Amino acid sequence: MSDDCRVMVALSGGVDSAVAALLLADRGYEVDTITLLLREDQNGGAVPSPEAIHRARAVSDQLGVEYRLIDARDAFRTEVVDYFIAEYTAGRTPNPCVPCNRFVRFGFLLDYALALGDAHLATGHYARIQRVDGRCQLLRGRDSTKDQSYFLYRLTQEQLAHAMFPVGDLTKEAVRGIAARHNLPVKGQAESQDICFLADGDYRSFLAEHAPHALEPGTIRDTEGRLLGRHQGLAGYTIGQRKGLGISAPEPLYVLAIRPDENTLIVGTADELGRDECLVEEMHIISGEEPPDPFRAEAQIRYRARPAPVTVEPLGGRQARVRFDAAQRDITPGQSLVLYEGDVVLSGGVICETQDSVL
Amino acid sequence: MSENRIYLDHSATTPVDPRVVKAMAPYWTDVFGNTESSHAFGREAANALEGARQSVADVLGCRLSEVVFTSSGTEADNLALRGAAWAARSAGRGDHIVTTPIEHHAVGRTVDQLREVFGFEVTRVPVDRHGLVDPDDVSAAVRRETVLVSVIMANNEVGTVQRMVQIGRICRERDVLFHTDAVQVPGRLPLELDEMNVDLMALSAHKFYGPKGVGLLYVRRDTDLASAITGGDHERGRRPGTVNVAGAVGLTTALELAEEERVEEHVRLRSLRDALIEGVLARVPDSQLTGHPRYRLSHHASFVFRGVEGESIVQALDMEGIAASSGAACAEGEVEPSFVLKAMSFAPEWGIGSLRLTLGRSNEESDVTRVLEVLPGIVGRLRGGA
Repeated sequence: MSDDCRVMVALSGGVDSAVAALLLADRGYEVDTITLLLREDQNGGAVPSPEAIHRARAVSDQLGVEYRLIDARDAFRTEVVDYFIAEYTAGRTPNPCVPCNRFVRFGFLLDYALALGDAHLATGHYARIQRVDGRCQLLRGRDSTKDQSYFLYRLTQEQLAHAMFPVGDLTKEAVRGIAARHNLPVKGQAESQDICFLADGDYRSFLAEHAPHALEPGTIRDTEGRLLGRHQGLAGYTIGQRKGLGISAPEPLYVLAIRPDENTLIVGTADELGRDECLVEEMHIISGEEPPDPFRAEAQIRYRARPAPVTVEPLGGRQARVRFDAAQRDITPGQSLVLYEGDVVLSGGVICETQDSVL
Repeated sequence: MSENRIYLDHSATTPVDPRVVKAMAPYWTDVFGNTESSHAFGREAANALEGARQSVADVLGCRLSEVVFTSSGTEADNLALRGAAWAARSAGRGDHIVTTPIEHHAVGRTVDQLREVFGFEVTRVPVDRHGLVDPDDVSAAVRRETVLVSVIMANNEVGTVQRMVQIGRICRERDVLFHTDAVQVPGRLPLELDEMNVDLMALSAHKFYGPKGVGLLYVRRDTDLASAITGGDHERGRRPGTVNVAGAVGLTTALELAEEERVEEHVRLRSLRDALIEGVLARVPDSQLTGHPRYRLSHHASFVFRGVEGESIVQALDMEGIAASSGAACAEGEVEPSFVLKAMSFAPEWGIGSLRLTLGRSNEESDVTRVLEVLPGIVGRLRGGA
C-alpha cells in the first residue's frame, strides 16, 4: 500500500529538481530520490553526465534521503529517441520533451515509484496542479519566463493525480536563492530540458549517427521552383527560420516548407509565410471532457511562443482545426500546439498540416 | 464518355492502387505456398505473411500477435462479436451487449442473431440528430452483465465520427470489451488503438485502395475470443482457412500508403468536401446535410432532399456519368428511409431522399463543379414530375 506522505523526486542534477526535493522534505514528506539513466552519448558516456549524477547523489546525501539511479535506456530509446529520429526523417520538428514526460517520467518512472510504495512523483518543472471537483487542472508555472506546462500537456488525469511540481509556485530567482541559502550542491545553470540530448552540439552529432540523411546537403528553392542555393541538411531548419539560409536576396527570406522526399527547403518572403489555420492531431484533453462545439482559447505553437487567440473546432478522431485571429509565421508540423485559458492548460495536440501547405 | 465519368462513391469501394497491385504480384505465382506447410514453399509464404503482419503492427502501433487477417471487414466484425460474446458466456461473465442503432449490418445483424438465436441481451443507445452517441448514455447502459460494447467509429452512410476516446475510457473503467467497426477510417483519420482503448477493431482493404476479399481484425492481447469459425491453425486458430498471402500483402501495402498520404489527402479532400456541401445546400432548395457538420469524415458529404427519392437522384446522376449512392449501398431498394436516418429521427418525406457523395484520390475541383451544375436541375425535375 502506498503511503500518502511518500514522494519520489526525480533529480536531474540541476537546481530545480534539487530544490523540489528540499521543499518536500521541509514540508514533512517522506522523500526518496531517483535519477534516470537515459542513454549513452557518442563517446559512450552516461546521459545525464557523471557530474550531474554525482550532484544528484550529493543533494540526496545532504537531505538524508535514499537515492537511486535506475536504467531507463530502453524506455527512453523506444519512446523518445525513435520518435525524434522518425520526426526529423519525415521533415517535421519534434518536441522530444513531450513524449519524455508522458512515457518516461510519468510513465516508466511513475510506475516504478508506485511499485515502491510512493504515492507521488515530483519533478522540478515550472508548472502547477490545482484540484477542482475531484479533477486535476494543469496550470502554467508562476514564473511566466520559466513556465514548462507546454511540455506537460499530454499528462492524463491519473498521471496528474500523482504528480507534484513543488517549484511551480516560485520564480527561478527564488529557486536559486533557496539553493544558495541551503548550500545545495548544484551548479544552477543547467535547465532540465537541456540535460538529455537537446543540449547544443550533441544533438547534431546525435542525428549524424542516427539519421544521417537529415544532415545531407540539398537544394533551396522558392515557391516557383527556382533554385536559390544549397542547405546544410534539413534537420538544421524549421518553419519560419530566417537565419542560416546563406542566400542574398532583396527581401529577407524565410523557410516556408521542408520536403524530405526531395531533400529540399522551400523559402519565401514574409508575406508568403503567414498562415492562419492548421490541423492538429492526437488531441489530448486534460479534463477528459471533449467540448462538442467550437471554442475560444489561446494557442501556444512552440515552447517559447507568445500565446495567440484562436478558435478551435473539434473534428472527431482526436483532430481539431485551429484558426488564428492573426496569421502566424511559424506554425510548424511536428510541434505541439497547446491550448490555454489564462493559466489553465485545456488541451493540446501535434500540428500536422497548415492550411495551404500545398505550396 | 468513359473518360468523363466521375466516381463519387469511395465509401462503397475504391480502385486498387497500382503500387499495391505491384506489391501483390509475386504472391500469386512465385510465392504460392500454404503458410502452414513446413517445406520451403510454405516457409517462404509464411515469411511474406509475417512480414506483412509486422508492417501492419507498425502502422497500428500494436504487436504482431494482435493482427488477424480475414477475408473481409464483415468477417472481422463477425469473428470479433461472436468470439467475444461466446467466450464471455462460457466464462460466465455475462450476456449483455451494448451497441448503437447506426451500425453497419455486419455488426447490427450479427448482434441481432446473438440476441435471437443465442439469447444475448442487447441495448442500443440512441444517437442524436447528427448521428452522434452520447458517451454518458453508453455509461448508463453498461451494467454488471455487460460483456461487450460495439460502436462504429465512423458511420458509412452519414460520415459521423464518434467520440471514441470517451467511450473507450468508459469501457476500460467498467472492464468491458470495446469493439469498433473502423472500416471507413484508414487514410482518413488516425487509428490510435491505445488512446481509444479499443480491444477489437475491423478493417477492410478495399475501402483504402487495397484489394477486395481481405480484411483485418485487431485483437488486443489477452482478449478472450472463442473461435467463430472452426478449422485449422491458421492465424492462431482465430481465423482458420488457408491464408490469402497476396491479399495480406495488398492490405498491408495499401494501409502503409494510406497512412503516409493521410494528412495531405485529408486537407485536400476536406476543402473539396466543404465546397460540395456549401454548394449543394445553397443551390438545392429544401436540402439538409445529414451527419455531423464537423465530427465527420473528410471525404464524406451526405444529404437529404425533401420529397424526392434518393434512388432516383442516383439514377439521374448515373445518366450524367456521376457515380453516387443513396445512403448505404446495402440499404438500397427500400422505399423508406434507411435505418440510420430513422435512428437519427428523420421524417419519411425527408429521409427517403438521401444522397451520399464520397470523394477520393481521383477527384478534383472540376468534379465538384460538375455535380453542382447538374444536381439542382435533377432534384428540381424529379420534384416537378412527382
